[in-house]
Amino acid sequence: MTTATVEPGRTEASARGNLIEVEDLKVHFPIRAGIFQTEVGTVKAVDGVTFEVRRGETLGLVGESGCGKSTTGRALIRLREPTAGKVTFDGIELNKLKTNELRRMRRRMQIIFQDPYGSLDPRMTVGSIIAEPIETHHLAQGAARRERIADLLRIVGLDPKYVSRYPHEFSGGQRQRIGVARALAVEPEFIVCDEPISALDVSIQAQVLNLLTDLREQLGLTYLFIAHDLSVVKHISDRVAVMYLGKIVEIGPPDTMYAAPGHPYTRALLSAVPVPDPVAERKRRRVILTGDVPSPVNPPPGCRFHTRCWLYERLGQPEQCRTVDPELRTIGGDHTAACHFAEQSVASDVGVGHIDTTLVRHGTPDAALASIRPQDGGVQSEATTVDVAETVIGGPPTQGDRTLDSDGSDGTDGRTPAAS
Amino acid sequence: MTGTDTPTIIEVSPDDARRVQTPADAASQGRKADKLLKVSGLSTHFFTPDGVVQAVDDVSFDLGYGETLGLVGESGCGKSVTALSIARLVPNPPGRIVSGEIVFDGIDILKLDSDEMRHLRGKEIGFIFQDPLTSLNPTLTIGYQIAESIRQHMGLSQKAAADRVTELLSKVGIPRARDRLKDYPHQFSGGMRQRVMIAIALSCDPKLILADEPTTALDVTIQAQILELIQRLSDEFHTAVLLITHDLGIAAGMCDRVNVMYAGRIVETGTVDELFEKPQMPYAWGLLDSLPRLDDVRGDRLRTIEGLPPLLISPPDACRFEPRCRFSRDICRQDEPELTARGETRHQARCWATQPDGWIRS
Repeated sequence: MTTATVEPGRTEASARGNLIEVEDLKVHFPIRAGIFQTEVGTVKAVDGVTFEVRRGETLGLVGESGCGKSTTGRALIRLREPTAGKVTFDGIELNKLKTNELRRMRRRMQIIFQDPYGSLDPRMTVGSIIAEPIETHHLAQGAARRERIADLLRIVGLDPKYVSRYPHEFSGGQRQRIGVARALAVEPEFIVCDEPISALDVSIQAQVLNLLTDLREQLGLTYLFIAHDLSVVKHISDRVAVMYLGKIVEIGPPDTMYAAPGHPYTRALLSAVPVPDPVAERKRRRVILTGDVPSPVNPPPGCRFHTRCWLYERLGQPEQCRTVDPELRTIGGDHTAACHFAEQSVASDVGVGHIDTTLVRHGTPDAALASIRPQDGGVQSEATTVDVAETVIGGPPTQGDRTLDSDGSDGTDGRTPAAS
Repeated sequence: MTGTDTPTIIEVSPDDARRVQTPADAASQGRKADKLLKVSGLSTHFFTPDGVVQAVDDVSFDLGYGETLGLVGESGCGKSVTALSIARLVPNPPGRIVSGEIVFDGIDILKLDSDEMRHLRGKEIGFIFQDPLTSLNPTLTIGYQIAESIRQHMGLSQKAAADRVTELLSKVGIPRARDRLKDYPHQFSGGMRQRVMIAIALSCDPKLILADEPTTALDVTIQAQILELIQRLSDEFHTAVLLITHDLGIAAGMCDRVNVMYAGRIVETGTVDELFEKPQMPYAWGLLDSLPRLDDVRGDRLRTIEGLPPLLISPPDACRFEPRCRFSRDICRQDEPELTARGETRHQARCWATQPDGWIRS
């Protein structure tokens, strides 16, 4: 597709099943001060991360604010220039691409932002928002383009007749769907989802999560899913990477990792997540992290987490933690952790006592599900819910500045190609 | 202080003011009613150019001394407006409390004049809001902002107030409290600012804390610390908490009882155990179903709630959740159900289907 020089790497990466390979990626931001704006330090937002995103998977990236997860996501598609390190997309090294080569590559990778209000131009109609990337990449013209836009709206569960409406006429969930449609317009292979549901209400979050899951299956997409919510990440990801202070501290499949985290920080994070169940909540024992997150300008030597680590204290402050920065290493199967004492962490039960996956929990009782069967003459199907959603979506515009109502809901997914 | 008394600054000695209430003291002292807070038939409407938005409509509940009650629901359900109504801070215009009664510690607060109300706020009712940066004045020191309400409501000298501020800051877990009195809000991290807000809320030993999404802007580990702090302090001082949150996990961990709100109404109320074990309202079912959970094995699709909440401008006389409900029948479209009992306890729900003579028994 671009330069010929990269062909060997490309085949190697493909052979390993990796769409993206990241090697020792660093993104540093200079801090300038004084009237001459001299550089007085650097914020090491991302400070040496190595990982891969496998073709067709969803890799979750979690961490607290300021840990560098969003910067990593952006550097992956070169929206941020890395300070050092290498990002290879399908065997092509992104950092070496020239501007127009990069523009062509951008067709293959897209991003969905957190803020569905801020990421859409309020003066553009939905149609022109989605048309823009199609025009930029000369993908379709005239009637074909209009048809493509209508298709995209249908795919994300919006009624194509809304094509000439403006973003403010939509609810938050619908705006996020527009953002998804814009990302899909260029038929990408890879999408960075940067906190795509954090700004939405619980029931709408579920609708957007379902949409993203469906699209991945139908279109064979690969996602990097950035979020701070460990429950959401567990739900959607094939593998989860945990970041702390510019480094990845643990990567693994969520079921394994959440059951037996190898990094003490992962345990601390999990111990802080509330579970919607009073019984589990009473079992929860929080790991207390002392102090604030250290500054990324001047991270602690050795393991960056040792200044707040419960395991370090428990093991009598081993010197190794203060002097040697631990590398990610395999602790079983597909599970890696960057801790000198990961085995001790795995062997403990700290922080995950409240996570009991043996219980099956549903909000809706079976008796309720049984109650709709005789009436409908069959099992409740997705199709029933589609009607509800469609009437809401297709309804007349509501009064005043109220947004157009419904978030289409997953019911509308019934109209997406694979589901129908 | 009652509605008929003139508001006075309560005279207390510095020692007295700094005294830490023990739960025993609090339990025996200062109760002027059987419940700390009784809200009955509260309706708060917003008069907009498009019509009257019935943001809170005929809401009744009560809150015992020292109890933690959750108000949960999605944006626009009326949970924050309920709290603002209790504090009498509904922006007017366009908002107005149109009917109802709010009795706080035996005082009908809707009958208080604004001076009396100002005294009650801050002294008897403390507030913790979502965004600590915008709730604190950036141009004043932390020490000054906490001392302000203490000096106003407790009539302490500058020195005694400073001592009390230091004590409060250490109580909420701010290290080297005395050195930090002269710091400004921007010198504190988000979690620390929220601790300062809690210190202000607690500064006058209030009987009630209104906490509106107190941890929504914070990271999960900081959130856990702040929630634990609120819980610990409310136990220690026997302070009641009205906790407004959209996060069912937080409600499950923090609350004694929970009210679920939907479209301006309470649709279900009960103890946390009742509500999470045997919810009796399809909206509550839907909320629980649409949450990805830490303790689920990696799931496929989430069961979602279709559609959006109704407009609160002239809502029909029907169940407000009916358009989104999978279990509705004709009666749901014809008549709005009342909040009725489920079983022997105070568990109540607003749903035709799960009433004793309804079509869903669970």
